[in-house]
Amino acid sequence: MASLKSIKKRITTVKNSRQITKAMKMVAAAKLRRAQENVTAARPYARKLGSVLRKLATSGGESGHPLVQRENPGKALLVVITSDRGLCGSFNANISKTAERFILEKSADYDELSVMTIGRKGNEYLRHRTKIWKNYTNILSNLNYQTAALIAQEIIEGFLAGEYGEVHLLYNSFKSVMSQDITLVRLLPIAPPEGQEEEFRPEAIYEPAKEELLSELFPKHIEVQIFHALLESIAAEHGARMTAMDSATKNASVMIDKLTLQYNRARQAAITKELLEIISGAESIKG
Amino acid sequence: MAEKLKVEIMTPYKIVMSEEVDMITATGTLGEFGILPGHAPFLTSLKIGELSYTKDGITYYLVLNWGYLEVDNDEVTILVETAERADEIDLERAKAALGRAEEALKMLTREDKDFAVYQAALERALMRMQVAGKSSRK
Repeated sequence: MASLKSIKKRITTVKNSRQITKAMKMVAAAKLRRAQENVTAARPYARKLGSVLRKLATSGGESGHPLVQRENPGKALLVVITSDRGLCGSFNANISKTAERFILEKSADYDELSVMTIGRKGNEYLRHRTKIWKNYTNILSNLNYQTAALIAQEIIEGFLAGEYGEVHLLYNSFKSVMSQDITLVRLLPIAPPEGQEEEFRPEAIYEPAKEELLSELFPKHIEVQIFHALLESIAAEHGARMTAMDSATKNASVMIDKLTLQYNRARQAAITKELLEIISGAESIKG
Repeated sequence: MAEKLKVEIMTPYKIVMSEEVDMITATGTLGEFGILPGHAPFLTSLKIGELSYTKDGITYYLVLNWGYLEVDNDEVTILVETAERADEIDLERAKAALGRAEEALKMLTREDKDFAVYQAALERALMRMQVAGKSSRK
């Protein structure tokens, strides 16, 4: 049996860990709330932009735009969004594994599949397994729209230059605090807009012309999609971290209970042993 | 005045404003325009510029930074990257940004990739300073 001292030492260690995981859980909960607010606040803009795009596209004139056409179908780009920091359960592992599977399955369909990672964790996992085209880290803790726009422009430039003919975006979307959905969407070429017909009335005035408006709106659409995916991923990350830290705290508590029991047993045994020694000593003197 | 325009201004971060107003003027890519209730369906892109709206006889000013304006059925939706009310503008910051942009532009030539970026920054700063001077008035 372990000595009293060593058990006591372990209890203190586990207690310290529990304190840390508890604090991390609190921090994650606070950050989650903010991230969730950001996601909800960003939704109307994305929805409205989508609806304007639909109205414009259904009234014709979109098919000629370079962002709708597939110039180079043999090459594709996969954009993977993960987190910069760990300790959030299976959040990063899930997305990295899905990315790896995607690469394996699709490598037959494409001549070349490059990967762009956003977030340190995904990069660390994938760079040993495939070639990383570009990587962004440390943008998630202080995300703003400009950063998302910059990434979008980079992707669009590569697409227009013919470096790849298809762009897929892989990220964790926020479903609830407990669960994240792995989402895969095709970013480029822009799919023909779906949804209910919201035809703009024919007498509508466009300023400047429809085609010009569309060519400004399409890149915007990509920017917004990326921004939205990043926001979702951040919210999902905090949710995952909160859940992971919550169960870590619970596990630590269970462990402390077990160790305390062990400690008390050992103490009891030691006392009994000492008593026995004293009694038998006294007996022998008497005898 | 019976009819009103329902106006919503949105940025990627949040809804900046959602109100019923009497009239709007804004700067489009092709020039300044005004919208009154009963306007025909209209879609235009906006430049860096000022937007003013009149509500109950008082005119309010905002600075907009690149976006779209859509009119449909007396509902006006404005999608922009940033929108600031005149009284929210930080004049000191705008001045500092103006100084920075001017410095940078001196060093660059027209062919430089960053030229357009700084020119836009310059334009934004100027527009902010211009609008900041106008507070709401009758």
